[in-house]
Amino acid sequence: MSVTPRISWFTEEDRKQIVDEAIRIIQEIGVFVENEEALGLLDGAGALVDRKKGRVFIKSSLVERALETVPKRIVVYDRHGEPVMDLGGDRIHFNPGSAALRIYDYGQGKARTPETADLRKFATLIDALPNYAAQSTGLVSGDVPEEVADRYRLYIALQHSTKPVVTGTFKVDAFRVMHEMLATVVGDQDALKEKPMAVFDCCPSPPLMWSDLTCQALIDCARTGIPAELVSMPLTGATAPVTLAGAVTQHCAENLSGIVIHQLASQGAPIIYGGSPACFDMRKGTTPMGAVETMMIDGANAEIGKHLGLVTHAYMGLSDSKLVDYQAGMESAMGAVVAAASGINNISGPGMLDFESCQSLEKLVLDHEICGMALRLSAGIELRDHPVALPLIAQGLEKKEFLSLPHTTQWYREEAYFPDSVIDRATLEEWELRGGKDAVMRAAERVEKLSADHTPEPLDEQSVAHLNELMEREAARYGMEKLPGAT
Amino acid sequence: MEAFLDNCAKAIVAGDGGGAERLAGEALGSGLSLLQVIEEGFVRGIREVGRLWEEGEIFLPELVMGAEAMKKAMTVLQPALEGSDEAQESLGRIVIGTIEGDIHDIGKTLVATMLSANGFEVTDLGTDVPVARFIDEAEARNADCIAISALLTTTMNGQKRVIDELVKRSMRDKVKVMVGGAPCNEAWAKEIDADGYAGDAVSAVALAKGLAGKA
Repeated sequence: MSVTPRISWFTEEDRKQIVDEAIRIIQEIGVFVENEEALGLLDGAGALVDRKKGRVFIKSSLVERALETVPKRIVVYDRHGEPVMDLGGDRIHFNPGSAALRIYDYGQGKARTPETADLRKFATLIDALPNYAAQSTGLVSGDVPEEVADRYRLYIALQHSTKPVVTGTFKVDAFRVMHEMLATVVGDQDALKEKPMAVFDCCPSPPLMWSDLTCQALIDCARTGIPAELVSMPLTGATAPVTLAGAVTQHCAENLSGIVIHQLASQGAPIIYGGSPACFDMRKGTTPMGAVETMMIDGANAEIGKHLGLVTHAYMGLSDSKLVDYQAGMESAMGAVVAAASGINNISGPGMLDFESCQSLEKLVLDHEICGMALRLSAGIELRDHPVALPLIAQGLEKKEFLSLPHTTQWYREEAYFPDSVIDRATLEEWELRGGKDAVMRAAERVEKLSADHTPEPLDEQSVAHLNELMEREAARYGMEKLPGAT
Repeated sequence: MEAFLDNCAKAIVAGDGGGAERLAGEALGSGLSLLQVIEEGFVRGIREVGRLWEEGEIFLPELVMGAEAMKKAMTVLQPALEGSDEAQESLGRIVIGTIEGDIHDIGKTLVATMLSANGFEVTDLGTDVPVARFIDEAEARNADCIAISALLTTTMNGQKRVIDELVKRSMRDKVKVMVGGAPCNEAWAKEIDADGYAGDAVSAVALAKGLAGKA
C-alpha cells in the first residue's frame, strides 16, 4: 500500500475549534431559511424558529444527531448500475464544471451562447474521456426557453453519455421532472434510489442563507435518495470574514445547517460536504477561482469535512481566464493538484473559464490531462518490490540498460500516466515536423477527432421516447412546440 | 473655512465615519452655507474616493468605508438642509434591488450606497425582488431609473423580464434601466435593451449620472 499524498492545513486543535465555532454560529446567530417545509421540519425537531425574521437557531444536539446519521461513503452509478464513483476516504474523482452560460468558440475566437449541438458534443466528449468519472450538465442551452433550461441539460446529458451526472435545479418545479428523467434511464424510481445516477448541487447563499429553491432541492434529494451536494460559497471579506480560517468556519456552519435540514427530511440520506468559496478580489470585486487562497480554503474545507467523517467536494481545476491560455492552464492545474493532494472526493471544475461562467471544449480536453496527472499523483508512490531496487540495479548494470528488463515491462504502464497527444513530449524535430502546434491548437484538433470518432452507447428507444415525451411536455408549457434538432 | 472644508473631504477619503459625523455637526451651528460644506467638503471627498478607486489606489474596503462616512455626514446635514432655504439639487430618484430568485446582497448594497453618497435619492428594495415590484415602486416614487442586480447566471434573465414588463405597461420611455452583477456585461445590457451596464459601484455612479444627463 502506498501513502496517499496529503496536504494538511490545521492541527487537531484548530479543527476542533473551527467545528465548535461553526456549531455555535448556527446555534447563537442562526440561519435564514426561506422555505416553509424546511421551517416546519426545523420547528418540529426543536430548533428555535423566529418566523417573523425567518431565522432559525439550531441546537448543537440537532447537529450531532444529523452527523450520526449521514452516510460516510456514497457510491454513484452509471446508466447500467455499475459503480463508477466511490466517494469517501481520500479517493478523488473529477467531473467538468457545471452550468456555464457561455461556451468559448475556438473557431470564432470568442465566447457565445451554447446551443443544443454544443451540449451534445460536450456530453460526447466527456463520455469519451476516461479521467472524468462523471459528466455534468455543464452548459445552459440558449435555444430553449430559460424556464426549462435546467431540465433540458439533463435531457441531453442522459442521451449522450452513460456516465452519472452532477447537476442541479434552477426552478423549484424542475426536480420532479429531472427525477423522472433519471428514473426512466435506470429503470424506475426504486432502482434510482438504490443506485443513484446523479448528484444534485444545492447552493446556500452566504452568509448562512437558505433560499426557497435550495431548501426544496435539499428536501427533494433527501426524500428520493439522490445525493445532495452542498455548494457553500463564502467570499472572503465580502460575504464572509476576510481571514481564510474565518471563511472555512462560516463554510462549516453553512454546511452543517444544510446537513441538519437534509437529515431531518430523511435520516441517512446521502449528502456531500462541499462548496465553491473564493478569496474575493478587493480590486475587481470578483470571485477568483484561480487564486491560490481560494484553493487553500477549498483544501481546508475538505479537511474539516473529513474531520466530521463526511464525503467532500470542491470546485477546483478551473480558471478565471477568458480564453484557453497560460493563465487557464496554470490555475486549473494548480487547483486540480491541490484538490488531489487534499483528497477531495468529488472535484468539479474542468473545462471552465471566466469564474465558472464559460465552458471550453478545448480546455475540457486539456484539463482531462491535468486530471490524469492529478489522479496519478493521488495514487502515490508504491514500493512494489522488496528489496526496492538493489537486485534491479545489479541486473541493469549487467545489461547496461533497464529497458529490456522484464521488470520494466511489468510496471512502466502502471508507474507512469500516459497523457493524450494534446500534451507534447516529442523532440523538437518531431514537434516541428508535426506542424509546430501549441497545446490549444492540438486540443482543438483533438476535440474534432474525438467527437467524430466516439459514438456514445445509445439509450434504449423506449427510454428515449419517454424522455422526449417529458421534455416536449415541459417545453410546450413555455411555448416551445418542437425541441431543437427534433425531426 | 478652507481648512474646515479640507477636513470634511479628508474624513470621507479616510473612511472616518465618526469624524465625518462630527464635522457635519460642527457645520450645523457654524453659520457656514451647508450646501457649500456638502459640495466643497464632503462631495469633494467622495469624488476623490471614486478617483482613487479608478486609479487602482484604493480597493473595495476603502471604497465602502468612504461611502459609509458620506452617508453618516449626510444623515446629519439632510434634515437641516430640508428646513432651510438652501435646496440641494437631487441628481434623480433611483429604485434598486436584486432580482427575484436571487438573495445576493453585497454588490447591490454597495452600488446603492455609492449612488446615495453621490447625491441620488435611492430606494433599496433589498433582494429577491419580484419583477412587478420594481415597476410598482418606480411608479409610486416617480423614479427616473431602475437599477437591477443579478448575481446568478440563472437569475439574470429576470432583468430582461423587468424591461419587457416596462414595455408592456408603456413605461419604458419614462424610466431608465441599468443592470449589473457578476454574470452581466455590456453585451447583455444591449441584448435586453437596458440603458446601461456598470461593472462596479464607481462606474455605476458615472452611468447613473450619464443617464440623468448630469455627467
